[in-house]
Amino acid sequence: MADLATTKLHADAVTDDYIAQVSRKRLYSGLMLLLFVVLMVSGFQVASTRNGGSFWGGIDNFFDYPGEVVSEAWANLHALPGFMLKYIPALLETFNIAALSTLLGAAVAIVLSLLSTRGLARFPKLIPVFRRIMDASRAIPEIVVALVLIFIMGGGPVPAMIAIAIHTAGALGKLFSEVNENADLKPIDGLASVGASWSQRMLLGVVPQVAPNWLSYALLRLEINIRASAILGFVGAGGLGYELKNAISWGPGRFDEAAAMFIILFLTIMVVDQTSSYFRDRLVHGAAGRA
Amino acid sequence: MAMLDSSADLPLQATHLFRRKRMMTFAALAAIVAYLAYTFFAFDIPGLWQRANADNAKTLIADTYSYKTHVTMNNRNGEIVVAIEGDRKARYGAEQEPEWVTRGGENTEIDLGDGHLITFSPELITYDVPDFGLMTFEVSRSQGVIQTYPVDADQLPDWINASKNRVSVKTDAGRLSVTRNRSEVFRYFNGWELFFFALDSPYYGKSAGEVVALAFQGEAGAIFHDFWHNPLWRHGAVAWAIFETILMAFLGTLGAAIIALPLAFMAARNFAPFYAVRFAVRRLFDFVRGVDALIWTIILTRAFGLGPLTGALAILITDSGTFGKIFSEALENVDGKQIEGVQSTGAKPLQRYRFGVLPQITPVLISQILYFLESNTRSATVIGAITGGGIGLMLVQAIITQKDWEEVSYYIVLIILMVMFMDWFSGWLRKRLIQGK
Repeated sequence: MADLATTKLHADAVTDDYIAQVSRKRLYSGLMLLLFVVLMVSGFQVASTRNGGSFWGGIDNFFDYPGEVVSEAWANLHALPGFMLKYIPALLETFNIAALSTLLGAAVAIVLSLLSTRGLARFPKLIPVFRRIMDASRAIPEIVVALVLIFIMGGGPVPAMIAIAIHTAGALGKLFSEVNENADLKPIDGLASVGASWSQRMLLGVVPQVAPNWLSYALLRLEINIRASAILGFVGAGGLGYELKNAISWGPGRFDEAAAMFIILFLTIMVVDQTSSYFRDRLVHGAAGRA
Repeated sequence: MAMLDSSADLPLQATHLFRRKRMMTFAALAAIVAYLAYTFFAFDIPGLWQRANADNAKTLIADTYSYKTHVTMNNRNGEIVVAIEGDRKARYGAEQEPEWVTRGGENTEIDLGDGHLITFSPELITYDVPDFGLMTFEVSRSQGVIQTYPVDADQLPDWINASKNRVSVKTDAGRLSVTRNRSEVFRYFNGWELFFFALDSPYYGKSAGEVVALAFQGEAGAIFHDFWHNPLWRHGAVAWAIFETILMAFLGTLGAAIIALPLAFMAARNFAPFYAVRFAVRRLFDFVRGVDALIWTIILTRAFGLGPLTGALAILITDSGTFGKIFSEALENVDGKQIEGVQSTGAKPLQRYRFGVLPQITPVLISQILYFLESNTRSATVIGAITGGGIGLMLVQAIITQKDWEEVSYYIVLIILMVMFMDWFSGWLRKRLIQGK
């Protein structure tokens, strides 16, 4: 009987302990939540006081500008297709910046990722070096590289392309090396046993295994890079962003042309997103019609 | 895999497949090469070398590790001013002038080191270059700059650039330029000038040990004030700008998450029974994501004016679409059994969500939010350059003025440190929150 009594005592202690722990956890969670709310509210207030216009003053105007753009575009509806055609070359430049930087960035990322994956690396001792290179190129914001290169090379698409390519190399390199880590090493051992060189082992043993995932990540990056390329255009790197800046910031603004540019940019982003998500699905899950 | 039937011509089929595959590979390679060739001309790469300005690159690199002190004489009244980078805020006071500038009654001697000597006297400037000789420049209102050289005027070395009204001499020791209006000497020094204290601060020129000693004698506040309000480097303003950039990223990311979470429930198949609601919410997400951050930024700038709030809202709106999509996908993957278990204890819908659903998706939520927080710090730099807030704006302004490249390099270093810090911080927080310390 003594046993039972101690067990009960013990159980009580456990229950008390549990309840105490739960209430302590709730207290901590509550405090965290409170801290979070305070941070958000005060943050918004600080940002609001530093802003040109206040939040509540601006919220009424929120639809004014889209309204103006839409009404001006509506009044000038017949000219809209013409404006869209007029800015196709600029759009093409924005797209080319994104596509070329994805292509070049991915090529560098492939090499960097193979050199920094354990088990595949050509120089295993240098793995940390290549990893740090990827980290660094990921950490440098595109605008920094773009502005410095614009100063040296003059405006145009090339500075933006290089800036985005550097960031892409770092970002994709990290994702690629994660893919590489899951590659089966047996084909590589097999190739090594017949005397294949490092580049042959990579090309014939690793690439066929990982190429679909690489492509899928590269397509995702293309979506991101189109947005980045449009934004960099706004700070002077050419393409649609630059035209958009000129259209809206000079004098009263040419809102009908801006509307045309909004539309083609929106459509391009939608088309690229949809196409890339279709192909990514196919690459990762296999074609629907495959046997 | 294409279908292979087990008939006799299997080798033939295999060869065929191999050939097709090889063709495909070559076609893809050819397409890439063709595209590269096209962009090579579309981007005008051949013309790029002509447009590229090597001098700008040199200035940029030299300015990152060195600065120059200007000694300027106004040729009209003979007044001489010594200032770092020619900046009004960094002008030497009368007693502070560096010892390589010696003022006499009429003549001022400037010693550039290594035997390079320059003298300024009213309307006459001389420059003695070792192994070359003495050059004199006389400034005349009517005849421009009258120049005499130790060699014939048509055999001038290429480091002297002379015309009737202006002369520029560039040597390893420094640089002299003379025009009708003013004469100016640049002497180069390594390092970032006046990084800690401006010239008018009492702590300028004191060693680190002396400053620390003064700090312990109760002057810490004044020392910090002089450092923080340094008129050239503006440390206080820069720190505030970095805070603003991080604030934009923080408000934008978390605000987007708060808005996206309830909407994600409406877009998830297993929580929103009505197809119409699901469809509408999903298209809303797509629309918000599709209208690029750039367009949102422009619209918001018109409504809210320039500033960090606008930047935060631009990030908030764009990311609420992305978060909505990610969260709703996570919600569709939750395990129904846990929710049933909570329901069996008599939980109401809100409690079911709180105790059955949220714990399952919290890891996805936290890791995505932290990942975006890190990447938005970078976006906030760019958006800040457009909406006029934070370190991005300071960087753009410093680059546009094209004067102080050491400030540009300082901002670049700070931005990279900021991004690396946020990367580390979000990784640290993710580990603590998901794995529990």
